[in-house]
Amino acid sequence: MSELTLTVMRLGFLAVLWLFVIVAVQVIRSDLFGTRVTQRGSRRESGRPQQQAARQQAAPPQQRQQAGGGRQRRNAPTKLVVSEGTLTGTTVALQGQTITLGRAHDSTIVLDDDYASSRHARIYPDRDGNWIVEDLGSTNGTYLDRSRLTTATPIPLGAPIRIGKTVIELRK
Amino acid sequence: MSSTTNTPTHHTSTIGAIGAPSRRNTELALLVFAVVIPVFAYANVGLAINGSVPSGLLGYGLGLGLLAGVGHLVVRKFAPYADPLLLPLATLLNGLGLVVIWRLDQSPRLQQRAKYLFGAFSPDAPKQLLYSALGIAFFAVIIVFLKDHRLLQRYTYISMVVALILLVAPVFFPAVNGAKIWISIGSFTIQPGEFAKIIIAIFFSGYLMVKRDALALASRRFIGLYLPRGRDLGPIITVWAMSLLILIFETDLGTSLLFFGMFVVVLYVATERTSWIVFGLLMSSAGAVGVASFEPHVQQRVQAWLHPFSDKVMAQSDQVAQSLMSFGSGGVLGTGLGQGNSDLIGFAANSDFVFATFGEELGLAGVMAVLLLYGLIVERGVRTALAARDPFGKLLAVGLSSAFAIQVFVVGGGVMGLIPLSGMTMPFVAYGGSSVIANWALIGILMRISDTARRPAPAPIANPDAEMTQVVRP
Repeated sequence: MSELTLTVMRLGFLAVLWLFVIVAVQVIRSDLFGTRVTQRGSRRESGRPQQQAARQQAAPPQQRQQAGGGRQRRNAPTKLVVSEGTLTGTTVALQGQTITLGRAHDSTIVLDDDYASSRHARIYPDRDGNWIVEDLGSTNGTYLDRSRLTTATPIPLGAPIRIGKTVIELRK
Repeated sequence: MSSTTNTPTHHTSTIGAIGAPSRRNTELALLVFAVVIPVFAYANVGLAINGSVPSGLLGYGLGLGLLAGVGHLVVRKFAPYADPLLLPLATLLNGLGLVVIWRLDQSPRLQQRAKYLFGAFSPDAPKQLLYSALGIAFFAVIIVFLKDHRLLQRYTYISMVVALILLVAPVFFPAVNGAKIWISIGSFTIQPGEFAKIIIAIFFSGYLMVKRDALALASRRFIGLYLPRGRDLGPIITVWAMSLLILIFETDLGTSLLFFGMFVVVLYVATERTSWIVFGLLMSSAGAVGVASFEPHVQQRVQAWLHPFSDKVMAQSDQVAQSLMSFGSGGVLGTGLGQGNSDLIGFAANSDFVFATFGEELGLAGVMAVLLLYGLIVERGVRTALAARDPFGKLLAVGLSSAFAIQVFVVGGGVMGLIPLSGMTMPFVAYGGSSVIANWALIGILMRISDTARRPAPAPIANPDAEMTQVVRP
């Protein structure tokens, strides 16, 4: 085997090995910059307009796509953010699913908080796409702003919901 | 997904959860890549040594491809949301290991040495391929039968007992080459430390999940450090004493470092107290220096590390010196696969010292790439821990990936002369059944945790009362 071929193979092999590493890092990159970015695109096409539909009944689909900065769109929360407590920084995308909060392991947000009950509260969208918080008979109560919840209550955008030491908000 | 043209009356019930993409196709593409690279390397070795493409190329490529394919299909069926990188990374390392072991099988020096010592030479690569198949089978069994990693939490204390038995057992078997890390049953031998690594990670995470509040909160502050109470030092002292006993009775520096290091990492992650790391480092260095002062086997290793080229060390074994020469002669770009002289290492050239062959034939560039592959596996493990929602899963993922990282560091550092050499194997790459099988099991558990962590929340169940309650709303 000629010297040249072997040198080309040697360098080629190193290049291929590094190419694999770079491709693998490209796959990881989506973690660093948030896998949510790609999903938001798909949600905008399918999930979001459904939530919006109640308010934009008359708008044809094309117009909805264009109305990215429209007023109604801006007022609908898209994510739930934990702003205080041990889980600070956790976000959950609001996709029309019910979000349960509590210490139980199968909750959507598992609270590691001595003041929380195992099934403490739930947050769900009603028919019109408004998000509702409901206390599930917790021991220490769920607070919206400063008042303790007694019934299912719609959540204003950015209003703090307090459970023990954890505070969550709905944001755009 | 449902269409966008739902009428308003039905829209709440038809919205499905849009989860993270499962990324199985990314995994498949990377797997193909991860099989092609070792096949290329295999052809390269054959061309360099014999001047022709080796005859086993097709069989070897198909074998590795079949293993990867089986692994992929099992993951696609039973853990569809698992991390897409772990399987390709492990496959690539395993494939590269097979190539290098096959390359060392072709070495006339090692063949003669085997004939001289044992009367016959038997190639190791086919055996390693068999071990890899067993490893993938074990991996598949874990993915299929371990539906939820939290089941392992039930066996916290049982796993402690099992791990202790596995760790203590080699004491009762004769030492092989100075270290008692083997159990021999009939004709084959097992290295129980490799399996104990996984089992003890289950114990550490189960135990610390329960005790972490006591360990984290009950402490006094002293010059910026949280000093734990005396009685809370119990567990760390127990594990420390155990790892020292392993070091003394089994004269195995690697296993000892691995267990203590993993415990300190998991303890730190569970309690978020830097003081544990400080204590851990102090205790391990005190322990290591203490044992080295009277244990001849450890002293010998330290001498070989400090003065690898001295006459005294060379008279006993020139392995470390040969390994350093291999790395040196590889330079930046290496000599090319099949064209190095790393077979001069002789004994354990394809197991403990396999990394020296990478160093010589692929050079610094290749060694860095391989270390990055290990780093990516560890990164995926830690990432899984971040994504996991249950504390047990978090600690287990951290424990397993830190064990993996420590093992790579201990072996790589030993071979390169950074720390004293210890009898451990480079995961996936080195020849050895226990190591390959145990590390595939480790990857299996990590993938199970990541599948649970990345799985999107289930679609909301249609609540029959919803219609009723919503009518009452103003």
